[in-house]
Amino acid sequence: MGTTNNSISATAIRVEHVTRHYQMGATVVRAANDVNMRIRTGEFVALLGSSGSGKSTLLNLMAGLDRPTSGAIFAHDRNLAEMNSQELAQHRSHTIGIVFQAFNLLPRMTLEENVELPLRLAEVNRAERTARVREAVERVRLGTRLTHRPTELSGGEQQRAALARALVNRPTILLADEPTGNLDSATGDEIMLLLKEINENLGMTIVMVTHERPRAERFAHRMIVMKDGKVVSDEPKQS
Amino acid sequence: MKARDLAELAGRNLREALLRNSLTTLGIGVGVASLVAMLSLGVGLQNLAQDRLARTGLFDAVFVTPKSAFAEMGQVSRAARDQIVTPLDEDARKRLAQLPNVVAVYPDIRFPTEIHYDGKPYATVVTGVAPYSRNDGTFDGMHGNFFSGADANEAILQIDLAKQLSDQPDSLIGKDVILRYAERRPLPASETSQSPNTGKPQTANGNPSPSNSEGEDSQDQGFSIVTKELTLRVVGIIETEPAGGFGAFGRGGLLIPLQAAETLRAAQSNDLRDLLRGTARRNTYESLTVRVNDPQRVKDVEDAVKKLDFGAFSLIDASRSLSLVFAVFDLFLGIFGSLALVVASLGIINTLVMAILERRREIGILKALGAGDRDVRRLFFVEAGAMGLLGGILGVAIGWLIGHAINFGTNVYLRGRQLPSISVTAVPWWMVALAIIFSILVSLAAGIYPAARAARLDPVEALRYE
Ligand SMILES: Nc1ncnc2c1ncn2[C@@H]1O[C@H](COP(=O)(O)OP(=O)(O)OP(=O)(O)O)[C@@H](O)[C@H]1O
Ligand SMILES: [Mg+2]
Repeated sequence: MGTTNNSISATAIRVEHVTRHYQMGATVVRAANDVNMRIRTGEFVALLGSSGSGKSTLLNLMAGLDRPTSGAIFAHDRNLAEMNSQELAQHRSHTIGIVFQAFNLLPRMTLEENVELPLRLAEVNRAERTARVREAVERVRLGTRLTHRPTELSGGEQQRAALARALVNRPTILLADEPTGNLDSATGDEIMLLLKEINENLGMTIVMVTHERPRAERFAHRMIVMKDGKVVSDEPKQS
Repeated sequence: MKARDLAELAGRNLREALLRNSLTTLGIGVGVASLVAMLSLGVGLQNLAQDRLARTGLFDAVFVTPKSAFAEMGQVSRAARDQIVTPLDEDARKRLAQLPNVVAVYPDIRFPTEIHYDGKPYATVVTGVAPYSRNDGTFDGMHGNFFSGADANEAILQIDLAKQLSDQPDSLIGKDVILRYAERRPLPASETSQSPNTGKPQTANGNPSPSNSEGEDSQDQGFSIVTKELTLRVVGIIETEPAGGFGAFGRGGLLIPLQAAETLRAAQSNDLRDLLRGTARRNTYESLTVRVNDPQRVKDVEDAVKKLDFGAFSLIDASRSLSLVFAVFDLFLGIFGSLALVVASLGIINTLVMAILERRREIGILKALGAGDRDVRRLFFVEAGAMGLLGGILGVAIGWLIGHAINFGTNVYLRGRQLPSISVTAVPWWMVALAIIFSILVSLAAGIYPAARAARLDPVEALRYE
């Protein structure tokens, strides 16, 4: 399946009639409600919407951290909804790189160790790890801070370290949940520039959640707006 | 995740909550120590009991008689008996000695006699002691020394006899007692038939010539009883007479070297019987005791003896039933010892469950970065197993120390009572291995619930921004 798509317009992620419900006592919260979208390989997509509109929910479903209540999510034509937990872990390990608003570095590990972690989990050879870690860290321009712990880094540096960690196992899709949410605007722009660079130089597909429309307009190819668990608009960037 | 990475991450996690994990590990250590101490006491007491049992000389011996010896008591005719019996003679003794697992073969020599000390006569029983007894522990704790040679004119006194001879029994050591015995002398008529070539080696050595070895080919009808005296030097005093075999239940007051006793067996009961029957089987033994190198082998030796066409009898291997008793004893000790380990395993569960609460976010991050449920589960198992391993090693060390303390205390007590020191605890290597493996298994079992819970943790929940 999916072989009809040529490489130029190949689909990275396809979301079909996805719902994610949370049962809260008697009421049902529809965090995602019949969502459909197709994200092409190499696209830089911004996911916009007000708080509680279901952006994070959708991103977590794409990441394979969560399962939809119904519907199908295809990542490179493989349906995540049909994967067992081990296969989902493989998906997170090999296909997805993820960064969070809260950086989520392990506080007792050095930058180098943090970045190496996905390689340990993916059982990459030790010999290869050092080179890959170095490459990823150079890409986010933290080459001189390898032995520093997260607390010894600024917020921007921490988010760059998290970005290096997301890139180190060479995923095809980068998911970012409000990566600039904890940063001032100048530092946020730095991160946005890095993401743009990664998207352009590595051809990596990026889906970024944000609620800052101007930023989305400046950096993303396409903006998808959500409201109450539904996609309300899906527009390519006006240039 | 590969084993090495798993180990590294687990090690890192253990070091991060060092105090808590150390205390948990110490808890396991104490649990294992109590188990090891209990079991080492069980094993030590078992060893001690088995050792003591072996020293009684009852369980590593086969009692050999001529085949029809028991039937002889009944109505089997003498002619029939003489046909059936393979004589229990010197040749038989040699053949028995050559059987596998046999350490020594000796007759049970014991006869009533009269000794003179300080001019006064005392009635007692003389017992021959095999040289073999020197090292088997039966004479441990005696006062004085064992016989200086296999045929020395020396005696060891049983304490009751020694007390009759003197108010201070120990003062008897080095003194002489005179043994008065009856020697059978052939009448001059058959004197000519006496030939030295058939004499047993014991007849040399300047000891009194053995009554039974003489007159090999002569008729028995004529001999006289001659009273003789033998001076013996007292070399030792022993509390209780060690049993020399099945014929040894009677108490011997005067112990002399077996060879000397063989030479002296002037008034052995069978002589009297032979005398009455008028058909002495000279150079034959009424019974022989065969010593076996291992109580477990007694049955084999007994069968081998029967194949040689002798009657054989042994007590059932007491060590076997003793093992059963101790298996039950060890089981109970083990259960009590394990209780502490069970409590310690609750400590592991508690520590790991707390670790999950603390490391919620970390587990979420690991999962987001590609860790599977299996990786998380293994991580917790490795942490539990590592605490089990360290606790096990620590526990064995502590248990070993406790065992030594028990031994030390026991021996201080025994020394205070002038008793020889013993070892009441033992930590054999298999117990070390078993304790450590058990500790790891218990810890892993304790890790099952926390590991499963950690693996089940929902990463989205764990990573929700606070
Ligand atoms: N575990 C949960 N249990 C119940 N309701 C949940 C749960 N997770 C999310 N929700 C609800 O689902 C809806 C969507 O949440 P989501 O986190 O996707 O919003 P969001 O668009 O990312 O918002 P924000 O911009 O504030 O991060 C919200 O109404 C939220 O309360
Ligand atoms: Mg969100």
